[in-house]
Amino acid sequence: MMKTDFRREPLYIAILAVLLIVGFFLPSWLRFLLQTALAGGLVALGVALQMRAGLVNFGQGLYYALGGYAVGMLAAQAGITDIFILLIAAVLVSTVAGIVLGLLLSRYREIFYAMLSLAVSMILYGLLVKAAWLGSTDGFNIPPVSYLGWTPDRAVRPDIYYVTTAVLTVIACLATARYLTSGAGMLCEAVAENEIRLEYLGASPRKVAFIVIVVASALSGLGGGLLAMSTGHVDPLMTNWTTSGGFVFVALLAGRGSTIAPVIGFFLLELVRTYALDLAPNAWQMILGLVMLAVILLLPEGLWSLIERRRKA
Amino acid sequence: MSDPILVTENLEKRFGGVVAASEISLSLYPGETLAVIGSNGAGKTTFVNMVTGYLKPSSGTIRFRGRDITGSSPRKTAQAGIRRSFQISQIFPQLTVLENVMIAEIAAADGKGGLRRAALTDARMQTGRAVLDRFGLGQHSDTAVGTLPQGIKKQLDIAMAAINDPALILLDEPTSGVSSDEKIEMMERVIAPLKADDATLLFIEHDMDIVTRFAERTVAFYEGKILADGPTREVLSEDDVRKYVIGGVHA
Repeated sequence: MMKTDFRREPLYIAILAVLLIVGFFLPSWLRFLLQTALAGGLVALGVALQMRAGLVNFGQGLYYALGGYAVGMLAAQAGITDIFILLIAAVLVSTVAGIVLGLLLSRYREIFYAMLSLAVSMILYGLLVKAAWLGSTDGFNIPPVSYLGWTPDRAVRPDIYYVTTAVLTVIACLATARYLTSGAGMLCEAVAENEIRLEYLGASPRKVAFIVIVVASALSGLGGGLLAMSTGHVDPLMTNWTTSGGFVFVALLAGRGSTIAPVIGFFLLELVRTYALDLAPNAWQMILGLVMLAVILLLPEGLWSLIERRRKA
Repeated sequence: MSDPILVTENLEKRFGGVVAASEISLSLYPGETLAVIGSNGAGKTTFVNMVTGYLKPSSGTIRFRGRDITGSSPRKTAQAGIRRSFQISQIFPQLTVLENVMIAEIAAADGKGGLRRAALTDARMQTGRAVLDRFGLGQHSDTAVGTLPQGIKKQLDIAMAAINDPALILLDEPTSGVSSDEKIEMMERVIAPLKADDATLLFIEHDMDIVTRFAERTVAFYEGKILADGPTREVLSEDDVRKYVIGGVHA
């Protein structure tokens, strides 16, 4: 359903404040989990956006990896460590890929879109695995990044990286909320529901689909860049189908009710995964599967519908 | 008489060996209300589909406001000022009535760079509500469309076609699926606001009471060709029309 209350800057500022404050009380392992969830959540948000237009992208990891490798290659091989340049490069590279692929894929729907996006992401996976100079399946490590010439030392680095990730994620979510209230964002649901009628009203469903693909690619590239910075490492698994499947999982788990929902969803997934791994090292995937099944059966609109329901009541 | 707004010359549509429409030469004049009658398969919807660019004519030409639009696309004809409603209402079932109208407004803004701007401006919301009020849909504005009765859905479908002041509106069986005692009332509800905008109207209809009541001029289709074209009363009293069209209507 179309939401008219996406435009709430104060809400996003409050979320950022909470993230920053909570960040300093959480144990460092949990905060790091949150940090990677913020980065991954941006990719899941990209998947959720496309779902609004009826497009299920099973290869969103492609842009995640492109963002990550852009940061990694510039920092490790070209020696550019300034975080601002690195992240701009990450977004730029993934957006250009989004534009090229968007021109190609925006005409496809349903299973054809899902399979083609999966195929393209697996081509990149294949290339990265074969690239010995990029560490093949192991990937490679990335040196610490700098902020306008200042390289945070070991002691404060985790804090600085966390703040960077939180601030940029919330800004990206806010920008996405803006996009959702624009004409291109509003027409996504119309594309999913009745494309022919949309044509008959004078709009181009293909253009609407193209724009959502590009927006999602930019978000995912930023997510990949932030993850590369956070973990100091990239590897081809970022664009493997299992990773992309995880983003689809989170997008479904979270629902489409809010731009922040996929970020929360990703964090919950990481938590479940961590505890499931702890509890049942050999059966954690089964636990994840059962969670997924429960969400689909009990909350078809995703976890966010719990909050929506309360607000309506 | 002023220049015609729509002129079709010798339109023909073949599907393989089947001729769905042929020798369709028709002129519509600004402000007129025209009914198209004919039994099922007579070529009525094929004609509408060709004019709106959904089907490409096998031969012949279509001119709208003096411009050749033969073989154009539904999007292009919509942007040029031709809108249509559908026999089976084509709306967005998960969205509310107001949201459906907003989609129509935003879609109309596409092509003018409108997709970049904020969609839910106060002005646009107001236009949307005003449109709903004019079409008697005001009280349903926040209801999800999927749950509404067929008659209301058809009314919404027509209201959406009227967004952005189109010059020509084609209504494909506006009263089909509406119970017979509500048909006239429903037509009154939608025709009045459409006429208030000076739109040229063409509607496909099977109910002769409605044709007589609302159309000044009627075109009768039979087996893909135009059988008769003229003032409604004259057309409806022609022997051929009575024999081939009206007699077979309710079959």
